[in-house]
Parts: sequence; C-alpha cells; structure tokens
Amino acid sequence: MNTQIGTARSNPTQTFAWLLKREYWEHRGGFFWGPMIAGGVMIVIAMLTLIIAEATAARHGISINGMNLDAISRNMTADQVRIFNSGVTAALMGISVPVMVTLFFVVFFYLLGALYDDRRDRSVLFWKSLPISDLDTVLSKVATAVVVAPLFAIAATIVLHIVFLCLISVYAAFHGVNPLPLLWNPVPLVSMWIKLVCMIPLNALWALPTVGWLLLCSSFARSKPFLWAVALPVGFGLMVGFTQLLRQLSIPDSWYWKNIVARILFGVFPGGWFNIGNGKLWTAGSGDDFNFSLSRLDLVNSLLNWNQILNALGSLDLWLGAIAGVGLIAAAVYFRRRRTEAYS
Amino acid sequence: MNDAAANTTSPAANIVRARGLAKRYGTTVALDNVDFDIAAGRIVGLIGPNGAGKTTALKAILGLAEYEGQLSVLGLDPRTQRTQLMQQVCFIADVAVLPRWLRVSEAIDFVAGIHPRFSREKCLAFLARTKLQPRQRVRELSKGMIVQLHLALVMAIDAKLLVLDEPTLGLDILYRKEFYQSLLNDYFDEEKTILVTTHQVEEIEHILTDLIFIQNGRLVINASMEEIGERYCEVMVGPDKIEAARALRPLNERGIFGKTVFLFDGIDQKRLAELGELHKPSVADLFVATMKGTYA
Repeated sequence: MNTQIGTARSNPTQTFAWLLKREYWEHRGGFFWGPMIAGGVMIVIAMLTLIIAEATAARHGISINGMNLDAISRNMTADQVRIFNSGVTAALMGISVPVMVTLFFVVFFYLLGALYDDRRDRSVLFWKSLPISDLDTVLSKVATAVVVAPLFAIAATIVLHIVFLCLISVYAAFHGVNPLPLLWNPVPLVSMWIKLVCMIPLNALWALPTVGWLLLCSSFARSKPFLWAVALPVGFGLMVGFTQLLRQLSIPDSWYWKNIVARILFGVFPGGWFNIGNGKLWTAGSGDDFNFSLSRLDLVNSLLNWNQILNALGSLDLWLGAIAGVGLIAAAVYFRRRRTEAYS
Repeated sequence: MNDAAANTTSPAANIVRARGLAKRYGTTVALDNVDFDIAAGRIVGLIGPNGAGKTTALKAILGLAEYEGQLSVLGLDPRTQRTQLMQQVCFIADVAVLPRWLRVSEAIDFVAGIHPRFSREKCLAFLARTKLQPRQRVRELSKGMIVQLHLALVMAIDAKLLVLDEPTLGLDILYRKEFYQSLLNDYFDEEKTILVTTHQVEEIEHILTDLIFIQNGRLVINASMEEIGERYCEVMVGPDKIEAARALRPLNERGIFGKTVFLFDGIDQKRLAELGELHKPSVADLFVATMKGTYA
C-alpha cells in the first residue's frame, strides 16, 4: 500500500506539552515576572519597615538587644509553639496576598485574551494551519490558567517566604537573637507549601465557571471581550434589579450577584471557595483590635486546614459551578472552531 | 488502512473535489454552486477580482469556514476532519500572520514538536540562506523576513497540498521572486499540489499549470495552461482588417502603436493568422478581458 494519510502521527501528550510551552512563551511576563515582582515589592516594603523601625527605635533610645528568644523558645510549651507557628504561617500568608492578587489579574486578562488576541492580529491563521484540534487549544489555555500560572505564583510565594524569613533572621541576628529554632521550623513551612500546591485542584474546580465564561467571551467576541465579560452579567444584574424579576421568584438579588456574577468573574482568585466553608473570612476582618487573637490565627490557618478543603470539596456550589464551567468551555471550543475573525 | 481510504487518496485521485460548493454571507453570494477538481502535482492559480470568492473558496478547503455542498480534500471532510487534514495541508494566508511575540527558534521548536511531518534539518537549511537569527522575535523582522520564516517552516513540512493566499502581498520584488523560486526549486514535485491566489498574476504565470478564474462567486475559466494556450489567442490587426476581426466577436480589443490587438476565444488560429500577427495572451490580459465590467 502506498503512503497514506496518517503514516506519521503526532503524539497527543507531546502536542499538549508544546501547547503549554507556547502559552508560557507568550505570557512569561505575566506568569513568571508578575508574581516575582509582586513578591519583590513586598520584600522592599518589609525592608523599609525594618529600617524605619530601627531608626525610630534608635531615635527613642529603645533597645531590643538582650531579648533572649533562644531562652524563650526553649521554655515554650508545645501549645505555645503551635501558636507561634500559627503566627508565622499567618504572617507569611499575609505577605503573600499581593502575589495572589497579581495571579488573579494575570489569569483574568490572560483568559480574556486567550482566544481573542490571536484573532485580532490574525496569527490564529498560523495556529490553525497546524494539526492541533480546537479542543486541545482551548484545554491548553484552561490548564495554563488553573495549573501553570498558579504553580509559578506558588513558586514565587515560596521564594518570597524564604527571602522574608532570611530578612527577619538577619534582623534578629543583628540584635543578637538566634532565629533558627523558631522561625525556621521546617514542619509548618513545608506543610504550608505542600498545602498550597495541593489546593491547586480545588482552586481549579472552583475557578471553572470563571475560566469558562472568560474563554467563551474571548472566543465569541468580535471586539472588546472585556465588555462582553463584565458588562453583560453586570448589566443583566442591574436590569433584573430594576425589574425585580428575581424577587418575584422570591430569590434575593444578592443571590444573583454572589452565585452568578462573582462565580463567573472572580472565581480565579485563589482560595475563593473559602467562604463557602463556614463564611468566617468576610466577617473576621471587622474587628479593630490589633491583638492577634487566637481565633484570627486559626482563621488564616483554617484556610490551610484539610477539613476546610474537604468541606469545600463536598459543597454543591463547587460542583454545580464546575459543571457550568465545563459547559462554558465547550461553548468556547465551539466558537473557536468557527470564528477566525475579529475587528482590530 | 482500508481500501476505501486508500482509493480516495491515491495519487491519481483529485486532491480537492468540490461539487455544488456554495457560501452566502447574508444576501451576498460569495460562492455560487461551483464545481471543480484539483489534481495532484499541479500548481493552480485561483485568480479573481477583490470579493470574487477566492478567499471563501480557500477557507472552505482549509475547513476555516462553513459552506454548503460537497467538498473533499485529500479524501477528508474539511469541516469534521480538520485536525487530520492539517497534517497533510499547509497554508500561508496573507503575510505577517506569525505571532509577533514568537522567536525564530521557538517557531521551529514548536512546529517540530507538534507536526509529525516537519523536518528540522530542512527548515534550518532554508533559514541558513536568510539573515534570520534564532533569538529574533517576529516583531523585530521585516515583512519580507517574516515571509521567509513562514516559508521555511512550511517548506520543511512534507505536505500534500500547499495553499497560498496572497503570500507575497506587500513584499518587494526581490522577496517575491525569491519566494516563488524557492517554492519551485526546493519544494514542488509531482507528489505535491499548490493552490495559490494572488493579484500579481504576471509573476506566477510561468509557474502555473492550471488556471481558475473566479468572478462573482462563479468559475469563469477552469483550464490547464495548455488548454488556455490553445483556446485563447491575441491578434495584432492593422486598420484595414479591423471590421473583419470584430465580426469574429473578440473578447476584447485594445489599441497599441496604431494597431489594434484583439483577444479571441476558441477561434481557429489559421483563420486568425490571416488577420495579423498572432500572440499568446498573457494571463493578465486574459484576466482584464474576462473580468471586464466587474466593478461597474
């Protein structure tokens, strides 16, 4: 038999890996440098804070030399060590927030442009001249948004934590305090980092409606995908609000904003599923007292609590959203298949 | 592989087979029930004025647009089997569609990674003849260099059908000549088929084996270059024989140096020789004569 179609086949796994690599090439500024710069800014802020604190202390003649953390740590009870570790974890999570916010913006705009930018500059014709299915193309963008980008952000977070701890350690050592036994306790550190990585699938499931909606707008819009993505649900919400449509069905308007708008626009924020567990996160910030109360440390730590993660995995909201997200992604594939034009 | 599949793609079979191919955009008819075949080993020029339906036809062949009617490319349905089809079909659609952020080395790595019929050695050999550097990004390249890169990528793919849609638009004459020369010398063989649209007809005239003229969504001429040479003839007629020439219903007439050139379709060449000097019409002249009144 003579040579026929299909004598040479592409390897699907290899193709997908190349698609992910392509996304990275195009967006390394956002995926790699974005979180790194956010982390760098936090380090600079931390350094300035320490310098100002030092200068202030010197001006007022306050000395913290001679405080023997070593001795304190040796005399701490197991419970006290746990609380201290919770504090360190909470502090480290706190300084990581800007990295996560950066990740949110990077992924949000990445998804909005993912199936639109190449139509606008017509390079879609080049990608479509290669033997890649539209399903694979769209799935590679989903995977990039929910796995690759978060992995880079977590890597940046870990770097930030290590640099921050080094900074504090140098500061402590400068004042004659040995930081090693308490600050560098590897168990809570490593367990926190592992949990960050383990939360990727949960974050991904939670993000699916947003991923699907943004990709759908990106592949559907002939121009201005941002307007489609944001103005449509918000405009619809306002209209529903004015006409009291939902209230006639005895559904409060807040239901629409919380379960539809927030889910299709803000789902890519890491840990966004958290408030469905016990809803404490949004009320906890109202207290004005600056005492790190036990409950507040617990709150931050409960974000990293396995029970909390299992709770979220068991919630109906999560799975209904995930199903809707898969539907939206399928619609994005449909339009990717048919649409190659965009107005520039 | 079963026999049915083998038959549809055997070398003797047509690479492209269209029957009743139609496409409408609202009330505009872009393609009006056209039938055509493209055989293997041909270089087919698809020529027509702006808006005649060329790009629509190419998009249908490439599975980039919906259409009505039957269309089979390499025995595959472009609508449903696009991914398989693209292993065998390459296209350069318009210039400068390579993504601007892509580096030369990344372009080669990516195509090598996903295309089972790509030869990195061939691609590098083509690029060695250019000034392109691996680290350069597409946005740093001139239009001509972008086309060189795209052509190097495409020529390194052992595909059965190459579709070119205005590949040299906006390039200077040096790049244009080089483009078609490379295609002819280093790429084309009897196993390959090239389908090209362009407005620069004069430049590809000598490499075409077949010509398809398309106007208002219909095929006006669909013939091999030999058939066209037999059918169409230009005669340079002196003032005394003008009336006799007009009586033979020429397609077109134009004045040149006090004489009149008539273009005839399917008139016996012996008879035409009595009227004056015979010429083979250029594709451009044929085009102008055939498309008279398109924009009127």
